[in-house]
This record gives sequence, structure tokens and C-alpha cells, in this order.
Amino acid sequence: MKVVVFAVLAVLVLGSAAGVLIKRNPIHAALFLVVNLASVAGLYLTMRAEFLAAAQVIVYAGAIAVLFVFAIMVLIPGKEETGPDLLRSQRMMAVPLVGIFLLLAALVLRSGVLHTPGPSAAVPGGVEALGRLLFTDYLFPFEVTSVLLLVAIVGVIALAKRKAGTE
Amino acid sequence: MVPASWYVALSAVLFSMGVLGVLIRRDPLVIFMSIELMLNAANLALVSLGQRWGTAEGQALVFFVMCVAAAEVAVGLAIIVVIFRVRRRLSVDELNVMRW
Repeated sequence: MKVVVFAVLAVLVLGSAAGVLIKRNPIHAALFLVVNLASVAGLYLTMRAEFLAAAQVIVYAGAIAVLFVFAIMVLIPGKEETGPDLLRSQRMMAVPLVGIFLLLAALVLRSGVLHTPGPSAAVPGGVEALGRLLFTDYLFPFEVTSVLLLVAIVGVIALAKRKAGTE
Repeated sequence: MVPASWYVALSAVLFSMGVLGVLIRRDPLVIFMSIELMLNAANLALVSLGQRWGTAEGQALVFFVMCVAAAEVAVGLAIIVVIFRVRRRLSVDELNVMRW
């Protein structure tokens, strides 16, 4: 049963990622991205990471996807891929390079790094263990994250307020 | 129970699709989406390996990655909008200077 769920979610993840790559219209790519992020949230659920599944849906599939759609609506792109491709030969190089990367990943996986038995097979108690960790061992990074988000907000406002042509 | 190596393999494939998207697409918005794909692949590997070792530390790291990704998307999209205001075109091949 778990294998079937994993297989369905994996097909969804890879299919929607392919959709993001192939679709010319950025709005279609954005919708495929939402499908992809939601399927990854499903994968988190199969791993008993409930908090992350919820955060994934709210932050990624919710906020970030909306931001992308807003940007697409403001910019109305779509003509970028139509002109003459000046760097076509460089782009063709990308495919074999990614193939080499996949080969390396397959070799690493086959080498049996992951087959050593872990210290315990017990999955920690989801949200409670994560919350405890975030507010004890990871308290400082947690606070730094809030500063990072504040800096991002200020930076975005500063960028968006600037008029074209003025420094 | 699905072995952790399957999740890691899936994340490797997803990551390479993101790399491919960054390398072959010309629309900066789609390049951004491909970067999100790569971040998600890394998150998937972190969670699966964390659960494999029986700790919640992988999940804590993913939490921070999500925060950084949210900040990155907000700033990146603002930069793209500013570039569009100045240039009226968005192809990444034409962006060869950092200031005007």
C-alpha cells in the first residue's frame, strides 16, 4: 500500500516537474509547479512529517505560487523563448551534463551508503519533536530566520518603490 | 515501508530536472520555478534521511530552507519586475550588465 502511494506521488512529482520545463506559457508552468509542490507535501505525509506537509502547502503551494502568478500577470511574459536562440549550442550541452549528474547520483545510491543500519528505526513523534528541537537546539537560527524575513520585506519594498530611470 | 533510498533517488531526479530547467530556459520566471524545484528536491532528501536516522533535525533544516526560499522568491521577483520596468524585455540572454 505504501509503495503504491509512493509510486503515484513520485509519478505526479516527476510529471509536473517535466511540465514546468516543457510548457512555453509561464502560467501553465506555474500551475504545474503547484501540482509539484502539493505532491511533495504528500510525500512528506508518507514520511510522517505532518508539520512540514502543512507548511509546504501554506508557504509553497499557497504564498509562493500566488507570488509567481502575480508576477506573471504583471509582466505578461511569453515572448522570451521565441526569438533566435544565440546560445543554442550551450543549451544542448546542458542535457549530457545533467545525464552525467544523474549517473553519479545513481552510482552513489548503488554503492550502499544508505544500506547501513541507522541508530534507530523509530520515527520521532512528528510535530512535538520538531517543535522541541526548533525552540532548544535551533533557537538561534530560528531567530535569525525572522531577521532574514524582515530584511527581505524591507528590501522588496525598497526595490518596488524605485521609479524607472531614477537611481 | 518504502526505503529511504527511493526518496533520495526521487530527489536526485527532481534536482536534475531543476538544473535542466535553469540551463535550458530563457524566461527568468521559469528559471525561478526551476530553482524552487531544486530546493524542493533538497528538502525531500533532508526529510527522508532525517526520518531514516530517527531524528527531527532533517525537518528543522527543511523549515529553515522554506523560510529562505520564501525570502528569495520575494526579493527575486521584485528584481525581475524592476528589470522589466527598465528594459521592457525579460530574456536572460540579454541581461549582461548589473547596472544601467
